[in-house]
Amino acid sequence: MDTTVINNFKSEEYQINMGPQHPATHGVLRLLLTIDGEIIKRVEPDLGYIHRSIEKMCERDSYQQIVHLTDRMDYLSSHINNEAVCLTVENALQLEIPERVKVIRTIIAELTRIASHTLWWGVMGMDVGALTTYFYGFRDRELINDIFEETCGARLTMNYNIPGGLMFDIHPNFVKRTKEFIDHFKTKLPEYDLLLSNNIIFRKRMEGIGILSKDDAISFGASGPVGRASGYSCDVRKHHSYSAYDRVTFNEILKTEGDTYARYQVRILEMWESLSIIEQLIDNIPEGEFFTKTNTVIKLPEGEYYQKVETARGELGVYIVSTGTKNPYRMKFRSPGFSNLSLLNHIAVGGKIGDLVATMATLDLVIPDIDR
Amino acid sequence: MTNEALQNLTSSWVPELEFTEEKSQFLNITVQPEQLHSLMTQLKSNSETNFDYLFCLTGMDWGAALGVVYHLESTTHRHQIVVKVKTEDRENPTFDTVCNIWYTAEFHEREVFDFFGIKFNNHPNLKRLFLTEDWDGFPLRKDYVDEINMIIK
Amino acid sequence: MNITKNIHEWLFSLMPATTASIVEMVLIAVVYLGIFAVAGLYLVLLERKVAAWFQLRLGPNRVGYQGLLQTMADALKLVSKELTGTIKADKFLYNLAPYFVIITALMAISLFPFTQEFQAFDINIGIFFLIAISSIGVIGILLAGWSSNNKFALIGAMRSGVQTISYELSVGLSLLTMVLMTGSLQLSQIVEVQKHGWLIVQGHIPAVIAFMIYMIAGTAETNRAPFDLVEAESELGAGFHTEYSGMKFAYFFLAEFINMFIIASIATTVFFGAYLSPFGITENIPLLGVFWFLIKTLAIIFLMMWFRWTFPRLRIDQLLVLEWKYLLPLNLMNLIIMALMVLLGLTIQF
Repeated sequence: MDTTVINNFKSEEYQINMGPQHPATHGVLRLLLTIDGEIIKRVEPDLGYIHRSIEKMCERDSYQQIVHLTDRMDYLSSHINNEAVCLTVENALQLEIPERVKVIRTIIAELTRIASHTLWWGVMGMDVGALTTYFYGFRDRELINDIFEETCGARLTMNYNIPGGLMFDIHPNFVKRTKEFIDHFKTKLPEYDLLLSNNIIFRKRMEGIGILSKDDAISFGASGPVGRASGYSCDVRKHHSYSAYDRVTFNEILKTEGDTYARYQVRILEMWESLSIIEQLIDNIPEGEFFTKTNTVIKLPEGEYYQKVETARGELGVYIVSTGTKNPYRMKFRSPGFSNLSLLNHIAVGGKIGDLVATMATLDLVIPDIDR
Repeated sequence: MTNEALQNLTSSWVPELEFTEEKSQFLNITVQPEQLHSLMTQLKSNSETNFDYLFCLTGMDWGAALGVVYHLESTTHRHQIVVKVKTEDRENPTFDTVCNIWYTAEFHEREVFDFFGIKFNNHPNLKRLFLTEDWDGFPLRKDYVDEINMIIK
Repeated sequence: MNITKNIHEWLFSLMPATTASIVEMVLIAVVYLGIFAVAGLYLVLLERKVAAWFQLRLGPNRVGYQGLLQTMADALKLVSKELTGTIKADKFLYNLAPYFVIITALMAISLFPFTQEFQAFDINIGIFFLIAISSIGVIGILLAGWSSNNKFALIGAMRSGVQTISYELSVGLSLLTMVLMTGSLQLSQIVEVQKHGWLIVQGHIPAVIAFMIYMIAGTAETNRAPFDLVEAESELGAGFHTEYSGMKFAYFFLAEFINMFIIASIATTVFFGAYLSPFGITENIPLLGVFWFLIKTLAIIFLMMWFRWTFPRLRIDQLLVLEWKYLLPLNLMNLIIMALMVLLGLTIQF
């Protein structure tokens, strides 16, 4: 080894590879850790293990096809990803979208958010060593997946949105089962607090580590629960309202601590808000068409279009540059996971290995979202 | 701040800016590469503009020119703006980095470097992010060819 | 017991005294090995069933009646698996490590009085011997981590060293607190004293505190959750046994469960009167002692499983803070209180 490489390290430091196959990275993320004993000195993410070059594929595909690529990005909020692309295309075409579609999209998006957060909660517990949480999270997520399956025919990559509306109308049971789920989940969500949130070991593990200040959160482009836990009001649903979010009342959960426990709490409280949004809409789904007819070949007028939505992980931006043909000239996805990952080094340095795992769990990284 | 006021204010800082609002929902500013860093610093630090949130950084290949598109938002004033920078030099395109202004740019610029081969001066850690070090070419450029892996219809 | 007495006499009539006693020891060792290898496997099954129960699942239910043969099948699989290892491992230490762990675990078992007569090895320093033996196991873990030539394994091994050395103190001191009441380290003697009431009743408040400390420290000694930092799968992959496969891995795995059994057995013997039945209800049927011993032990094992499937894991510095700042001072204080109590005759005896 040449001396320059050796000189980059202090004598006690060593490097280990966390990943690409590692239980805590939830996918194929590789972190190159520089460690002194147990203390993290530097975290360098190495990406690209499942990069599928979705942006390049978009330049070749039609807009209807692009929708199907997006739920392979953040597969836990696949519906919201689909919605983002559809909204961009609809805005570009200046289509009038039926009210029914807007409401259904919002309900399903919030169900998706709860499903994503329950899965996150289960995995979060597992990362700090409480294995039972995983099954509790999955028990409740399963019910949402059943609702999706009935309406969309799929449980994970739903592809329910098309530019112009929805692929088909909701299943007759949809309203009934969603209400049943709300009643069920309202009794189960307090269990989450009983099992994990108020556990003394868990609190000690989470409080005061991985602190992200508000200014840093903005500068790092943190969004979603990560940004809101630092007191940064970044809810796209509030600031750039879309679909039916302007007709419901809900609170944007803000915490000021910016530590791992604040990020945890924001997600738990967000599930309550999502429940309240669904409750407000579920009885008032307007009658009408479930799509607006579009041309079979969609050609966007020349120009640039940008649309942001709030996925379960934060702000997803879709940027389309069109030259008037049936394919986009350039398509860019600003994914929340990518920005949230970039701040990992900033907040994990100085902590222990256990802290890194807990911090990473509350960033809620989904690797295909980062490796688009 | 309205787009018009933004236009008047920014044009007083830096000369040779091009403004357009056509075909876009934002005010677009095109800036010369040399002035990029000073304009960006002003946009962030000036209390009237205060663009503290870089929400999207996109590499672009316009065919003749390569460039970068910056989407900015102010979290206090809630106004948005788009800054574009272009260069005709396809062999060795270089811009100044903005990652000392917005930390998030560090990763985004590495992504742009990876896929477009655009270099950023003063970037602390400019190396490929997704692709391997020995990858040949820059895949998101329009003239990239890979006959084996790319399916073109 | 009659059978053992017959074998004993038969052996001694057959050959000279030294050979006979050696043969006898080997026989006992083989019997114990057989019983506890199988018992260890069934503890694994119990763990899986308990975990399933806590986690809204069914658990293993396919191999054999209600999945009773599941762990047998797993063991068979592990035995027949290829043994892999790293090229740059220190071969001798790498192969030695699992034996260290499993042998120390099995050695400790020989001491327990399952009934008045069913006890392989009754020495006068019983408790002391148990503590000594159970801390040798950590050498195996350290060797495993060091010789695997894997950084994750090394971190796990170092954690294990730190953890075991720290919690060893609490285990020892909490048992010492109880020994104050018995005045003997010999296990049969300790049980004898408890015929006037289990020690946890005799020693009331300080004994309960000692029992709680013992359970915390004991769980930490066996490297089980919430103290499973040694293998902490979300942090270190598999910790010290990352590079082990097949039967060598199975040794570590089995040793963990036998250690759990040992910790629970010590608790049963020292705090809950070993084979003695509650209120002496079955005193005239000595063979039922095994039943009572196992019931008590399994109850404590269940408690440890309950910990594991409920609590999140501690961080390494919190682990040490808990021991050195809280448990150890509390333990020392408790020891003094117990000494005063014994001196002033405040213990409860029936």
